[in-house]
Amino acid sequence: MTTKLGSLAFGTFAFATLSIAQAGEPKHGGILRIYHRETPPSLSIHEEATFSVNIPAMGLYNNLVVYDQHKPQNSMGTIVPELADSWSVSSDNLSLAFKLHQGVKWHDGQPFTSKDVKCTFDILQGKAKDKFRKNPRKDLFNNIIEVTTNGDFEVMLHLKRPQPSLLAMLASGYTPIYPCHVSPAQMRTHPIGTGPFKFVEFKQNESIKLAKNENYWKKGLPYLDGIEFTIISNRATAVLAFVAGKVDMTFPTEMTKALIADVKKQDPTATCEIGPINVSTNLIVNRESPPFNNMELRKAMALALDRKAFIEIIYQGAGDMGGTLLPPPEGVWGMPPEMLKTIPGYGDVQKDRERARAIMIKLGYGPNNPLKIKVSTRNLATYRDPAVVLIDQLKTIYIDAELDPVESSQWFAKVARNDYSVGLNLTGNGIDDPDQAFNENYACGSERNYTHYCNKELEVLFDGQSVETDVEKRKKMVWDIDKKLQEDVARPILMHARSGTCWKPYVKNMTIMSNSAYNGYRYEDVWLDK
Amino acid sequence: MGTYMIRRFFLMLLTLFGISVLIFTMLRLVPGNIADIVFNAAGMIDVAEKAKLEKELGLDRPIPVQYVEWVSGLARGDLGYSYVSEKPAIDEILPRIPITAKLAGLALLFAVTFGVPLGVISAVKQNTTLDYVLRVVSLSGLSLPSFWLGLLILMASVAYFGAIPIYTDPPKGFWNTLLLFSIPAAAVGFRSSALVMRLTRSSMLEVLRQDYIRTARAKGAPARTVNYRHALRNALLPVVTVIGIEAAFLMGGLIVTETVFNIPGVARFLVEAIRWRDYPIVQNLVMFIAVVAVSINFLIDLLYAVLDPRIRYAS
Repeated sequence: MTTKLGSLAFGTFAFATLSIAQAGEPKHGGILRIYHRETPPSLSIHEEATFSVNIPAMGLYNNLVVYDQHKPQNSMGTIVPELADSWSVSSDNLSLAFKLHQGVKWHDGQPFTSKDVKCTFDILQGKAKDKFRKNPRKDLFNNIIEVTTNGDFEVMLHLKRPQPSLLAMLASGYTPIYPCHVSPAQMRTHPIGTGPFKFVEFKQNESIKLAKNENYWKKGLPYLDGIEFTIISNRATAVLAFVAGKVDMTFPTEMTKALIADVKKQDPTATCEIGPINVSTNLIVNRESPPFNNMELRKAMALALDRKAFIEIIYQGAGDMGGTLLPPPEGVWGMPPEMLKTIPGYGDVQKDRERARAIMIKLGYGPNNPLKIKVSTRNLATYRDPAVVLIDQLKTIYIDAELDPVESSQWFAKVARNDYSVGLNLTGNGIDDPDQAFNENYACGSERNYTHYCNKELEVLFDGQSVETDVEKRKKMVWDIDKKLQEDVARPILMHARSGTCWKPYVKNMTIMSNSAYNGYRYEDVWLDK
Repeated sequence: MGTYMIRRFFLMLLTLFGISVLIFTMLRLVPGNIADIVFNAAGMIDVAEKAKLEKELGLDRPIPVQYVEWVSGLARGDLGYSYVSEKPAIDEILPRIPITAKLAGLALLFAVTFGVPLGVISAVKQNTTLDYVLRVVSLSGLSLPSFWLGLLILMASVAYFGAIPIYTDPPKGFWNTLLLFSIPAAAVGFRSSALVMRLTRSSMLEVLRQDYIRTARAKGAPARTVNYRHALRNALLPVVTVIGIEAAFLMGGLIVTETVFNIPGVARFLVEAIRWRDYPIVQNLVMFIAVVAVSINFLIDLLYAVLDPRIRYAS
């Protein structure tokens, strides 16, 4: 009845062996010091939606399954067992069974059982008595009808329809298993997990301290005695602190290309990596507000975009052109370049702009009668800077735009109220997966579908790709959907960011994920060679 | 003198009441509350969940009710809970006060130690090379932004010594504390000392032209006595005012310095709390800074009476 897909062979031993292969004999001891860019809102991963939380908190927890922490590209093939020793899918693909590891204890000494898994999903789906203060990813698990347990060490997820991506969602850094016996409020202030590190202290604006979990169920791990995150909000100070050796590592994926060059000049021994983080900058147009309810106008706007210029100006060339899904080679599901070129707005900029101007003239606009608009965006440099470039590019098609910087706290409320005409937004994807990207950003009625794009026919295709188990077949379906979304000017993607991380040469076994900024921070087999 | 003190004291209480109303009202006039921020951080707005959170935090009640609750809590010593950390506000605020107090104290010490004597020297040696040099130094102190100076110090420190004098852990022992705080204090104190120096200089110059100074000199009093006993004491009145204002500013206005040197003091914490609309932290912290500022002003008023007998007699 079931097909066995995972086994312990991929488990803990593989991690330890890989460590040795990659970086010599690991040493125990030492505190890894990392600077943190800000005070995270809490350490309760389920309640937050920023990797400012995942980075310090992922080491506190375990998942049922997890992305291999040493394979930079997250994909279905890199998912390994964690709290679940193995998993299997029923022949009708409607249930997913997990055999849980025995002898695992929570940091407070309580035993981990299948009840904790059930509790986690019940609370995520809003079925439990306890509620999260906010539950940003509850929609990800809509396909789960219920979670059942069989004894203390078997658990089964029953699905409404087949969904291969569910495993990817479970492997994300965003899906740790929480203890039944600890309230959501306590998880925010004093989290309890089963992970390699225990929570010690969280002082706002100062530091987050984690200590080694001496009773960690993966024998011999973690190597580190602890991790200390010093909160340094001023980036210049933080980078200088790294150069001076006050910290061993920069905040992951925070370094720009220019900053990395600067660091390497001052500390040539530093290891720095730059790569995509699966965060896209996109144009949002209020399709309900005239004149933007005219598809032709939205199309002209999309044709005016010079994506290469965005990448050069904002990321000094360290960025990628792509559609909704992160482009290859790092992205698993993104459209291939030859397909991308066929989409209006991704080809010859001059020709596209000629077409855009013709559309604008047809709509009654011109050099002497430009369309006056406001480009709203969050009042943060990462939003404002590309918005300024956008304004400049829109001028080429007789759109005279003015920047409307919106106070950060008001941004999503304003967009949700539809109180904007044209905006610029940044979208981060927790996992490189079409289900998450499509349903969160383009499904009718989704909270994060800021443009209110709603295409029922395309939604059928969203579901179609979601149930497809053949990866290659699914990829082609995903590409077609992504192409259609770009052609429909649903939310034109301007660019995908790349950013970097640096660490000192004595930090060993550090792997930075190349298609997600949310999944690679367990740090259980990271060690210090000093 | 007694009446003067009592009058100033009641004026202080009235000011604090006004400030409490102002803080409370202004904070609620700023768009967005903690619920907006919390959901914004998650890139979503769930109206029902947001309303639930507002109710949980008591933000759905009428503003006057919230005000009365806050003020009565203050009177009982109950500052409420931080919306962000969910810890008692007092536990979040109290540990940060000594950090800022040390930094502010050292900066003020730097300002007075250098500002007053150099201001006097500059006035006494008016239009000499020394005066010109001191004036250029003081002008640069006022012109160089402290964040720029702070960053320059950090960069130089890393480049030449391979170390960075920033706060990452609480310093242990007196000397370590002094070492850690003296550099940022100097960066801030440089500006304050320039201000104090310029004011001391101009005030001294004005006093030195007074008839009674000429009389003292004519009577054969030594220059030192004339300058320091007769002139400086009278010239200090406006300087003391400025020092008082600077002291109050330093308790809450060191945002940039605390950020550059990564000092987890009151000012940086306040900015963060405002960003999160963490009302219990913001209103209590601003109230604390207001109490400090008003108290310093009260002390300055008393000091006026000590320094200038005319004030005593008038009151």
